[in-house]
Amino acid sequence: MFASCTDPSTLDGLNWLACYLTTGKHVLFYKSFIVVLTLLAVTAPIALGVGFLGAMAARSKVAPLRWFGTLYTSMVRGVPDIVFFLFVPLAMDQGFEWTRHKILCPDWSEPIRQGNDFLVCSAAKLPLGSAPQAVHEFYGFILAVIAFSIVFGAFAANVLSGAMSAVPRAQMETAEAYGMSPRQSFWRILVPQMWIYALPGLSNLWMILIKATPLLFLLGVEDIVYWARELGGAKTSHFDYPHPDWRLWYFLGLLVFYLAFTKVSEIVLDRLTTRLSRGQATVAGEQMRKAT
Amino acid sequence: MSCLQTISDYAFRSIGYGPRLLPKSDITLCEQVTLIGSGMLWNIYFGVLALGFGFVFATLLAVAKNTPNPWLRKPAEWFMFLFRGSPLFIQFFLAYEMFVQLPKAGIEIFGLTLETGNLTRAWAGALIVLFLNTSAYSAEIFYGALRSVPKGDMEAADAYGMVGWTRFRRITWPTMLRLAWPSYTNEAIFLFHATALVFFSGFPAWQQKGDALYYASYFAEKTFNPFVPYPIVAGYFVVLIVIVIGIFNIINTRLNRHLPLERRPKLRFKPQIIR
Repeated sequence: MFASCTDPSTLDGLNWLACYLTTGKHVLFYKSFIVVLTLLAVTAPIALGVGFLGAMAARSKVAPLRWFGTLYTSMVRGVPDIVFFLFVPLAMDQGFEWTRHKILCPDWSEPIRQGNDFLVCSAAKLPLGSAPQAVHEFYGFILAVIAFSIVFGAFAANVLSGAMSAVPRAQMETAEAYGMSPRQSFWRILVPQMWIYALPGLSNLWMILIKATPLLFLLGVEDIVYWARELGGAKTSHFDYPHPDWRLWYFLGLLVFYLAFTKVSEIVLDRLTTRLSRGQATVAGEQMRKAT
Repeated sequence: MSCLQTISDYAFRSIGYGPRLLPKSDITLCEQVTLIGSGMLWNIYFGVLALGFGFVFATLLAVAKNTPNPWLRKPAEWFMFLFRGSPLFIQFFLAYEMFVQLPKAGIEIFGLTLETGNLTRAWAGALIVLFLNTSAYSAEIFYGALRSVPKGDMEAADAYGMVGWTRFRRITWPTMLRLAWPSYTNEAIFLFHATALVFFSGFPAWQQKGDALYYASYFAEKTFNPFVPYPIVAGYFVVLIVIVIGIFNIINTRLNRHLPLERRPKLRFKPQIIR
């Protein structure tokens, strides 16, 4: 990166460190932090949406929809999330390829499952074998987003359905007394009021989501854990910057990153709670009313 | 090879009894169910021991955080912040790298030689991480419960002239447990879930002795079919969790046996905490 970095063997001390920390691979390492933050930014709203649909399904009057909603929300309770993280991307991948295979290659006669292999015609491969590396990485990232959204959508559905039933019954009765239809009272009364009840659960969920991001590594995405292992491993003198096993320090760095991230989130969420408590029929809201 | 033969061969493969080689081709359903079930032994081992030791340590931490003395309170707060604020996955990696750096020969403390070789193995190293992690999470639950012990209970204890250890053992601690038990049940469940992470996080599965998820991912890799092994793991975990909830329910009944039946708090499993 710097002009002085052309011959690392002549450097020492801080110069060496400055050059070492700005190598191309380190830049990739820093970019992988952005991957993690993008995952959080993309997954959180999707999971919230999925959770909202799940909570609505679980409260539905249509029995099959209700069963589906209940099954979905209780699914993540008994089974470790990591099982889903390993299962969903693989299953989705095979599902996509199988569907494309059926559509694109209808005259393919051989079975798709041959013993220990999963074979589809080359036109159905996802992404196509000829696609550039970036497409492969993007596809892996999308699968990761789907896996995270399914698992955290179920958690969010739990929280939201709890919040929906926590809104005081009197509020809904008032809506009925004003002659609102069930749909109107749901959207105008229940939904605006439920967030304050959902917030403690959702804050908790956000923390959990942050702490689940290192699992991206298991999904084959080149995330911060991947690079920490890659860069920290002992480098022999064949490399430009030889060093012993430094993985401990890299993981210590990741630990500090996560501690700072959760701490900042905690402060922001506390403020948000205060803001949302304003004018609510809760203890906190009542205290704020009296204070002013 | 019949299914009974497979079971007798592989039932204890995860702890080192049975054929060295895992099935490689023509994998049957029976082999998958047996080996994954054998791996569950590790999940139970990690869960039960971490929970048992963690319970004691968490009580100490909660009491330490509740004392006015900053020399006790601050370390407890920092410990809980450290383990609750960072992902368990990173903790596993970090601990493994730390244990690897320890001198191979062992450490001399007060003339005793501490074995360090075992720390890089999952059975000791990962257990320590899980123990510390669950201690931090449980301590937060216990601390919250300690803060909400009813004032009247403490006044009654004062009226009886109870102080110090007697008051803690007979009034504070049982009330704390009673209040914390529903949340603590969740913590236990998530600890069992967390045990599935062990062999994916730095700690190597020595001689292919791994937990349930390790074998499931092995089969998914070999057969390239995720639709069989992962549902098997899921099924085993659901059974395990049902048993855990049952045991915690018995303890809950015992804790609240002084209350009339309809006033006893019910255990409801609502996931609130995982890492």
